[in-house]
Amino acid sequence: MAAPVKVAVVAETKGGAVRKIALEMLAEARRLAGAAGGSVGAVVIGPVAAGEAERLAKHGADRVVHVDGAALERYAPEAYAGAVKRAVEALAPDVLFFGATAQGKDLAPRAAARLGAGLASDCVGFEWKDGALVARRPVFAGKAFAQVAFGAARPQIASVRPNTYKPAEADAGRSAAVETIALGEVRVRARVTAFEATEGGVADLTEATIIVSGGRAMGGPDNFELLRKLCKVLGATMGASRAAVDAGWIDHSYQVGQTGKVVNPTLYFAVGISGAIQHLAGMSSSRTIVAINKDKEAPIFKLASYGIVGDLYKVVPALTEEFAKVLKE
Amino acid sequence: MNLLVFVKQVPDTETRIQIKDGQVDTSSVKWVVNPYDEFAIEEALRIRERLGAGRVTVAGLGPDRVKDAIKYGLSLGADEGVHLKGDGVALWDPSCVSAVLAAAARKIGFDLVLTGKQGVDYDWSQAGVMLAERLDVPHVSVVVELHVDPAAKKGTAKREVEGGAETVEFELPALITAQKGLNEPRYASLKGIMAVKKKVIPEWGLGDLGVDPASVGPDAAGVHFLEFSLPPARSAGRILEGDPAETAHELVRLLREEAKVI
Repeated sequence: MAAPVKVAVVAETKGGAVRKIALEMLAEARRLAGAAGGSVGAVVIGPVAAGEAERLAKHGADRVVHVDGAALERYAPEAYAGAVKRAVEALAPDVLFFGATAQGKDLAPRAAARLGAGLASDCVGFEWKDGALVARRPVFAGKAFAQVAFGAARPQIASVRPNTYKPAEADAGRSAAVETIALGEVRVRARVTAFEATEGGVADLTEATIIVSGGRAMGGPDNFELLRKLCKVLGATMGASRAAVDAGWIDHSYQVGQTGKVVNPTLYFAVGISGAIQHLAGMSSSRTIVAINKDKEAPIFKLASYGIVGDLYKVVPALTEEFAKVLKE
Repeated sequence: MNLLVFVKQVPDTETRIQIKDGQVDTSSVKWVVNPYDEFAIEEALRIRERLGAGRVTVAGLGPDRVKDAIKYGLSLGADEGVHLKGDGVALWDPSCVSAVLAAAARKIGFDLVLTGKQGVDYDWSQAGVMLAERLDVPHVSVVVELHVDPAAKKGTAKREVEGGAETVEFELPALITAQKGLNEPRYASLKGIMAVKKKVIPEWGLGDLGVDPASVGPDAAGVHFLEFSLPPARSAGRILEGDPAETAHELVRLLREEAKVI
């Protein structure tokens, strides 16, 4: 890199606390900024709990900008895009990261359009090439990957897929003054007024470390109870194939695949899922895949790290029992 | 109420993606209407039916084959279709695409714009929201429930987020992007399919839209694809067969000792 590069991270908060994705992005921002004089900025928007902005410094930010104002009390895309614009004016970054979360995916395109800059969504890798950023991201739900370069406009904006990077250890010796920007009056014509939780205490599919998914061979809605029990023992999130969703056995929000969620857990259980290409697209980047299926020829076994050929109605309860036993030890 | 739906075509989700010389080889691809756009069309039709009034326009940007997606919308009951010709437009780039769609939306007129939450091809999830910004209207993305009240010029939507759903209140005119679960799309009737044959689908180029080609061409693109590749192949793993209790025991051992994921 010729000139010192500036990388900035929009740090999403939830209930005033900085989300893990922000720390993940800071780790990658630090790496990209490099040792040669590059710097990392962090942007927090709206209400934030005491000490949270400082935590961003401990995890890698050299500067922290907090944009605050009445319009930012709750997430509102227009106001938040205005806040991002103000922060970008203050930090003048070469690269700007958003988390590829529900909020980040909603906000980043509006902010990018407002800034007149290009956006690469849901990225899983970055490198410098001739002084410009190149992002790696899945396309066709992970059936292929693309290398993406940006146009001439700056910043080069990317949303980063959660669970891609590991947060750095907090460095108590690091600190940064928090610069506050007041947003002032803005027009807000869409705002979040309520939140309704689906299944309490369970990680979202896109953030889950362990997922247990059921497919066509579940045979009906009642048998998902078997998977719920296994999920409970493992602290896992439940998923489903399109066949199970389209049969009406389970809500679409559980669907993993090309027209559902694309997931990348550490451990993925495919139970009674034959492995249609649209399902494989959504989960093939899982670190370890376990398939349980009666049909030895099912395509899912070609992808699975471990497979059990057998009757899921017998195998799943046996597994639940076995996990319960070893995890209690 | 003017309901404007933007649609595109994507490779069928059953497609096995082939890469040739670093680019996606689409020569043997079967093109279908983007699945999320189907929910957008259906929702527009339902709003019109609920209100007992209104006009649904289905528009699509791209090569001639995009007309098939527009005709699909007409066969379900949309009132008008418009083909936005894609010549010279950086069609891979959500920024350029949204600029053309914005010009079309202004020309057609709208109270509510609906489109899919993403195209299941490049998976950007950007063009809809960028379009809202360009049109200077509010948006709600990833919508699973929608109510609009044109008399009061407002609406309420539920959008899917991590671990639940958010309720968003918004003013009209607005834009929403549709998620699976918003509705159950209908099938075309024979009458509907026959009716399409009589419909004239106007073709608008950039000149008709008053768009400067340089502002939406490759040089104006925010992002460029350098190269595509297939994901690294996964090697086949270990298959266990036999007594459920024994295989379960062995699997748990392997996950702990070999894969070290538990």
